[in-house]
Amino acid sequence: MAEIHLKSLAHSYSANPSGPEDYAIREMDHVWHQGGAYALLGPSGCGKSTLLNIISGLLAPSEGEVLFDNVRVNELSPKDRNIAQVFQFPVIYDSMTVFDNLAFPLRNAKVPEPKVRAKVNEVAEILELHPVLHNKAKNLTADEKQKVSMGRGLVRDDVSAILFDEPLTVIDPHLKWKLRRKLKQIHEQFNITMVYVTHDQLEASTFADKIAVMYGGQIVQFGTPRELFESPNHTFVGFFIGSPGMNLIEVRRCEGGVTFDGFKVALSDELNEHLALVPSDNLKVGIRPEFVHIWDGPSDDAFEAQVKHTEDLGTYKIVTFELGGQTLKARMDEDREVPNGRAYVSFPQQWLKLYVDEFLVEEQAR
Amino acid sequence: MIIKTENNKAWWLVLPVFLLVAFSAVIPLMTVVNYSVQDIFDQNNAYFVGADWYREVLRDPRLHDSLLRQFIYSFSVLAIEIPLGIGVALMMPTKGRMGSLCLILLAIPLLIPWNVVGTIWQIFGRADIGLFGWALNALGIDYNYASNTGDAWATVLLMDVWHWTSLVALLCYSGLRAIPEAFYQAAEIDRASKWAVFRYIQLPRLKSVLVIGILLRFMDSFMIYTEPFVLTGGGPGNSTTFLSQTLTKMAIGQFDLGPAAAFSLIYFLIVLLVSWLFFTTITYMDKAK
Repeated sequence: MAEIHLKSLAHSYSANPSGPEDYAIREMDHVWHQGGAYALLGPSGCGKSTLLNIISGLLAPSEGEVLFDNVRVNELSPKDRNIAQVFQFPVIYDSMTVFDNLAFPLRNAKVPEPKVRAKVNEVAEILELHPVLHNKAKNLTADEKQKVSMGRGLVRDDVSAILFDEPLTVIDPHLKWKLRRKLKQIHEQFNITMVYVTHDQLEASTFADKIAVMYGGQIVQFGTPRELFESPNHTFVGFFIGSPGMNLIEVRRCEGGVTFDGFKVALSDELNEHLALVPSDNLKVGIRPEFVHIWDGPSDDAFEAQVKHTEDLGTYKIVTFELGGQTLKARMDEDREVPNGRAYVSFPQQWLKLYVDEFLVEEQAR
Repeated sequence: MIIKTENNKAWWLVLPVFLLVAFSAVIPLMTVVNYSVQDIFDQNNAYFVGADWYREVLRDPRLHDSLLRQFIYSFSVLAIEIPLGIGVALMMPTKGRMGSLCLILLAIPLLIPWNVVGTIWQIFGRADIGLFGWALNALGIDYNYASNTGDAWATVLLMDVWHWTSLVALLCYSGLRAIPEAFYQAAEIDRASKWAVFRYIQLPRLKSVLVIGILLRFMDSFMIYTEPFVLTGGGPGNSTTFLSQTLTKMAIGQFDLGPAAAFSLIYFLIVLLVSWLFFTTITYMDKAK
């Protein structure tokens, strides 16, 4: 059990990195607290697995430090870090039985045999591996194999942390849900730090208390699912989290606010003041489709937009409309009538986010 | 409309293979069978003797001795070359120039003609002009493969190890390269010792190449002829005379074609039987739950 601190950590696979694009992990500071259930969420190739392998010790970071409870572990092997990791594709020792597979990490640590038996039985019980416990592991189905793989991570109750690298990729959808619940239960029962890598936001938010969103080798935001939804720190988080993602519009400065395609969006005085101080011209406003307001008729505050099409998802509707040259989406309740052809929309100021150089202008900064 | 003609013309297509197999395998083998059941004096005087030659050969002490020697030899060869080959494969660098260099060095002994291997060691082991023999004697070890039975055996075995361990090593090397990196990572996470990694990951996954390696090395060493013949000529005495050499002496030296034919069929059956037993045992163990 440990708190994991990544201090000024960076990693490059090339020996002489010449610029930021050579880094798989860009310099970051991050703390995973003891006992937390965390998800590491991001698209393929953003450095999630690299980061996980650095934490477990399979990979040595090229810069910075990994600290377990404030002790530098950069030089320690996974064995000495006492960490468990479950890989994307099941790794089983196919000459052994399921029981021996589960017992393997314990026997390697010279745990006395009665305790091994008790622990293996306990984990087999949780993962429902009892019926096949004494079968040869190589004859199992893919999801049983992955359960064995996970089980080997779970038998050790003294580990610093358990890392999961997209462990449910090969599992059938109906089992995914069940196994995710199991992991959550195990987490509550043993209070072990768990880091769960995934590219699926639903998987991340059902498993984790806090989600770290990774993009381009950086953790761009670390927060609860709600924080990620309500105030995305970075345009990528806005776009990646939510279904559909946040509407993002490129804008220019103007008197009292910003403008795009002849439409003027007013901003608060604080934001305007802030905007006057920043030199950058890379400005965007973002609003979640859930927060776009659709009026029943013309209004002074509303823009007139063209409705392109509607998707009815059963519990709600997604309306795609065009405003100037921008294609935007809004989410409507199932029982509301979608306006035909012409719609009047507005962006409530409290949900309108301003991004300078892709990063959010924080409320505190206002 | 489909016209269906029925004839046996397709057999002509099989004929070339049939002839090839007949002339390369079946007819020579049947000739040997033919010799083994007859006593032939000249072209017009051949008598059917049934299983007499087999009985005689099976009671022949020369055959018993060389058969025993042959088994000891083959099992020594396997006992040395298989573990050594695995060890070499485990220690080989996996990439870069060193990796390629090792592969080339290992392949060299396999490319040398067998009688040349015998000649190399015949000279290499001589006490007067051979580096190996001279060095041993200079160190105060009384080494002479031409007069000491122990030295002759050691040299013949060493020669085989030098010649053929590469084959086992290369087979194992290819087997090891086929193990995905994830297995080593998982083992590291599971805190497996080096021995546990070998015992539970590498060895099980080397099984199929090892079966091939053991079979090849068993059959080859069991039929060895050229190298010991060049090196020791079967001596001192008969101490390094193996089965094939005994057989050659009988067939060509003494022209006892009948017993020699019976002998070669028995020889053939032994190789077949041992290989079959080994292979069946391994396959059976694989299927067992």
